[in-house]
Amino acid sequence: MTRTLFEKIWDAHLVASPPGRSPIVYIDLHLVHEVTSPQAFDGLRAAGREVRQPARTVATVDHNIPTEPRGTPITDLIAAKQISALQANCKEFGVRLFDMDSPDQGIVHVIGPELGVTQPGMTIVCGDSHTSTHGAFGALAFGIGTSEVEHVLATQCLAQRKPKTMKMDVRGKLADGVTAKDLALGIIGQIGTDGATGHVIEYAGTAVRALSMEGRMTLCNMSIEAGARAGMVAPDETTIAYVKGRRFAPTGADWDKAVACWRSLPSDEGAAFDKIVEIDAAQLCPFVTWGTNPGMVAPVTGRVPEIGAMEESDRRATELALQYMGLEPGEKIQDIGIDRVFIGSCTNSRIEDLRAAARVAKGHRVNSKVRAMVVPGSQTVKRAAEQEGLDRIFRDAGFEWRESGCSMCLGMNPDILQPGERCASTSNRNFEGRQGRGGGTLRIFGIGSLSKRENINRHASQTRDLWVAKNATRRAARPGPSAPNGWRLRMTNEGTI
Amino acid sequence: MKPFTVHRGRVAPLDRVNVDTDQIIPKQFLKRIEKTGFGQFLFYDWRFGVDGKKNPDFVLHEPRYEGATVLVAGKNFGCGSSREHAVWALADFGFRAVISSSFADIFANNSTKNGFLAVLLTDDEVATVMKRAQDIDNYEVTVDLEKCEVRDNQGFFAKFPIDEFVRHCLLNGLDDIGLTLQHDAEIAEYEKHHPAPAALRV
Repeated sequence: MTRTLFEKIWDAHLVASPPGRSPIVYIDLHLVHEVTSPQAFDGLRAAGREVRQPARTVATVDHNIPTEPRGTPITDLIAAKQISALQANCKEFGVRLFDMDSPDQGIVHVIGPELGVTQPGMTIVCGDSHTSTHGAFGALAFGIGTSEVEHVLATQCLAQRKPKTMKMDVRGKLADGVTAKDLALGIIGQIGTDGATGHVIEYAGTAVRALSMEGRMTLCNMSIEAGARAGMVAPDETTIAYVKGRRFAPTGADWDKAVACWRSLPSDEGAAFDKIVEIDAAQLCPFVTWGTNPGMVAPVTGRVPEIGAMEESDRRATELALQYMGLEPGEKIQDIGIDRVFIGSCTNSRIEDLRAAARVAKGHRVNSKVRAMVVPGSQTVKRAAEQEGLDRIFRDAGFEWRESGCSMCLGMNPDILQPGERCASTSNRNFEGRQGRGGGTLRIFGIGSLSKRENINRHASQTRDLWVAKNATRRAARPGPSAPNGWRLRMTNEGTI
Repeated sequence: MKPFTVHRGRVAPLDRVNVDTDQIIPKQFLKRIEKTGFGQFLFYDWRFGVDGKKNPDFVLHEPRYEGATVLVAGKNFGCGSSREHAVWALADFGFRAVISSSFADIFANNSTKNGFLAVLLTDDEVATVMKRAQDIDNYEVTVDLEKCEVRDNQGFFAKFPIDEFVRHCLLNGLDDIGLTLQHDAEIAEYEKHHPAPAALRV
């Protein structure tokens, strides 16, 4: 019988299938951070339970920590309390913690792969929706809530209904300057933020094979923005080469055995999926989001939508988003002014991302009215970037060069927008207020010389400054099609590859 | 977990689609290390102005929706972040159930762990409940998990689907960690063949 990548991993981790109940699935790796874990550890204590497998549990602090130089006192006392709770919990329950002062600290979805704890074929969970990132390795990785964090701590298992499967077959080649993020945004712009709800996506096809591990991580990271339970890419030579030699990767005979297993994971020819989506990679172009959810996508050369002929619910959502962002219907994307720039997050803060951003920043200056910051995904990324001199390029261009953490992606630390500010951000979500109350997020990737609208009055139409993407990244590498007029992906039910 | 069997309560209409968990409970309130006390921060940026003053126009502040225990909202409710704080906030505010035509997976999962019901109805059924909640004073529905149905006293009636095991746990207020640990022998057997990597031990 033919099976998909997902089904092979699912089957290999089934501990029990009690009749009339959800199957019990074993979890190989549990990643833990300070925000979604304290109540789970409290639950363990209250029930007199232990962490069942501390050696399958890895913790770090990332969500609420400041990105000022390490050693600067944390002035947010509630945040400090949450951090010390994690420290105490890890000590009490014997969990390895990559703490504030660790040379390996970083965003949980950046350090898992770079330490080699993330490996193909694994089941991986974390109390964070962007756990889907790890699917880039051909792992089944998904976000869970705090009750399930407690469940995994106590049992190393989860009771889970089996999700459906969806194949995203991305054929052909992405044009130069079109990134994994553009692929993700292109998909979400079409299928919507609930287009993959209840499904595990497998990204396949030549355009996905051609992506680096960093690109695959960006793509899988964004799966949750389409509502997917998880996103995956089958392991191949690119994957194996990335994992080899990493600190917690298998070695010697264990490595050979692991690689043999990983090579057996890709979906069998003829394996059936619940849904198949076909995408012609050549039709994609650089995209940005302009609104208040990740499905509100437009080509960078395009315009904010006209309200005109929209259905009632779409029209209402669009009007609210335009109002929040301070935009006019039909406004040109490149005319939208920005106040802040954020390069970072579990979506785009790896060394490859910083190299791309530095290539664009080199030789330009950030407009004096714009505040721009680079927040490396981990201490390891930060050191690598500094060795290559990327920090100097960014600093010379007027960017702030910060310590690693989630930072302005969700604004739990002091890195937030002020009301009325707009931010060009490489992060994943543009929800209202996510980066700071009243602040709006325009998500792009790759940022260079910057300009700013002259005022912060929430009416971008009154300004005619060049928008970030116009004279920066996209100038260097403009893709074939100037705009994907009418491009459509094709979705079919119940197909085979 | 508090069991959910049959609940009758006033309905508040939140006529928006894609209500994400950042809206339900903004990030600045996620730093607490307790599970309680999140209700005061529910929909904070919509309920309160930048100056901290109550926004009287927000639906939950209209006197006629005071004490509402059932929320009805547009599709894809609870999308985005995995924060269970969203469910804690809704429950702590006084809601027992939310009715929508689709829910994000993690939100739906989190609901089931907290005796809070995510009730899945069709678009048309949601539209009917929404309209009645907007038009009729003191509009109430009964959410009946025993019969898997929602009804009002004006002829509205709809069945909703729910996983049988989830329903069983909610009806009886069962702790699913305890249920999984009933399979301790099978977990131990699995672990015999899949030992934890030594390298990560502290």
